[in-house]
Amino acid sequence: MKFRFNFFATPGGVIIVGLLFGALAVWLQHSGNPGNMGICVVCFNRDIAGAIGLQNAPIVQYLRPEIMGMVLGAFMAALIFGEYKPRGGSAPFTRFVLGFIASVGALVFLGCPWRTILRLAGGDAHALFGLAGLIVGVGVGVIFFRNGFSLGRSQHLNRFSGLLMPALMLGLVCLYLIDPPIPGQPKNGVLFYSLKGPGSMHAPFILSLAAGLIVGFFAQRSRFCTMGALRDVMLFRQFHLAMGFAAMLVAALVLNIFFGSFHWGFENQPVAQPNDLWNFLGMVTCGLAFALAGGCPGRQLFLSGEGDNDAAVFIMGLIVGAAMCHNFGLASSTAGIGIHGALATIAGFVVCLFIGFFNCKRA
Amino acid sequence: MATKIDTCGLSCPQPVLMFMNEVKKDADGEFDVLVDTDASKENVTRAARNHGFKVEPVDEGNDVVRLEIRRN
Repeated sequence: MKFRFNFFATPGGVIIVGLLFGALAVWLQHSGNPGNMGICVVCFNRDIAGAIGLQNAPIVQYLRPEIMGMVLGAFMAALIFGEYKPRGGSAPFTRFVLGFIASVGALVFLGCPWRTILRLAGGDAHALFGLAGLIVGVGVGVIFFRNGFSLGRSQHLNRFSGLLMPALMLGLVCLYLIDPPIPGQPKNGVLFYSLKGPGSMHAPFILSLAAGLIVGFFAQRSRFCTMGALRDVMLFRQFHLAMGFAAMLVAALVLNIFFGSFHWGFENQPVAQPNDLWNFLGMVTCGLAFALAGGCPGRQLFLSGEGDNDAAVFIMGLIVGAAMCHNFGLASSTAGIGIHGALATIAGFVVCLFIGFFNCKRA
Repeated sequence: MATKIDTCGLSCPQPVLMFMNEVKKDADGEFDVLVDTDASKENVTRAARNHGFKVEPVDEGNDVVRLEIRRN
């Protein structure tokens, strides 16, 4: 391991990265991404699930280049700075299930922690309930960590194993270029494209991919994590990651006010559902799943780019979970929660409690 | 004799948590923490410095670093 100074792991570094991410997110929104959804890791993986036909909801199908960029950017940073370390074997199926459950909770609220920040920055008052739920969910995770929770040690893997996730993402970029969206057509080749709804709203391909690459690169250097930001404050009174979280919120808020895209209130918020009890409870489940898995969905993408196969398995769980949310009526819409959304949120929370309890050394 | 803490293969937040648990047992102790990722190295170093320790990294080979953590 090299002993080199990493500016982005300093307080100044993580604040600059947070400001950059907030600015990029608002830029993506103004370039075509849905409202308050410049970057949402769960929503975008859900759209990818739709694009490749894992779910058939016609309004949420688009192969989001930001996700591919985030993995590939982190992969490049890890290669350049000698941090590409293939590893895995720490409770992979448990991590798959946690990814699945995290999707359920996030799609009841309609946003992951990244979008929670962006919804707050856009003035969406429902996001206050989501943030409160996220804090409570991560807080429950902190209780498990204080009682010896661990999913066990990972093992070193051969250099090829860590290439699989970046290669998969590169393959998706190629697939997009082979079968690009054609105006007015819901399908080109093997890929599905929304003609209306959030899936039809997107920034130009090259801009989305470039933004993803930048986010992935700097997140890998700074260890930016929206769940870790809350967890470290509760667990260690450590505010390092929280400064990045706050900086992203401030940058997006200031730019939204500047561009006139800040609209405070509960009404007419983009891609939001009105039932705040379930906005809160959805994010409790989601926050607990991320806490037990050791990182927010963005952090899991960046780790998978470093060669972490366990994080890659979590992402696969996230994508499958997001697809099932739409196939089984678990995801919310602007009208309210899905017909089975409440049951799935509670069931997901209970499964997380079992995972937490049975992986505590002192249990 | 420094207390040895092996965090290799463990992900956030466990390396820092294991170190902090040992500090709670012996606030003036000496600790050797083994880490195998740069993120863990930075996190444990940051936590140690915030609690008034100095940290000296020593390369153990095989991508493992021993952080020698001592009171200032």
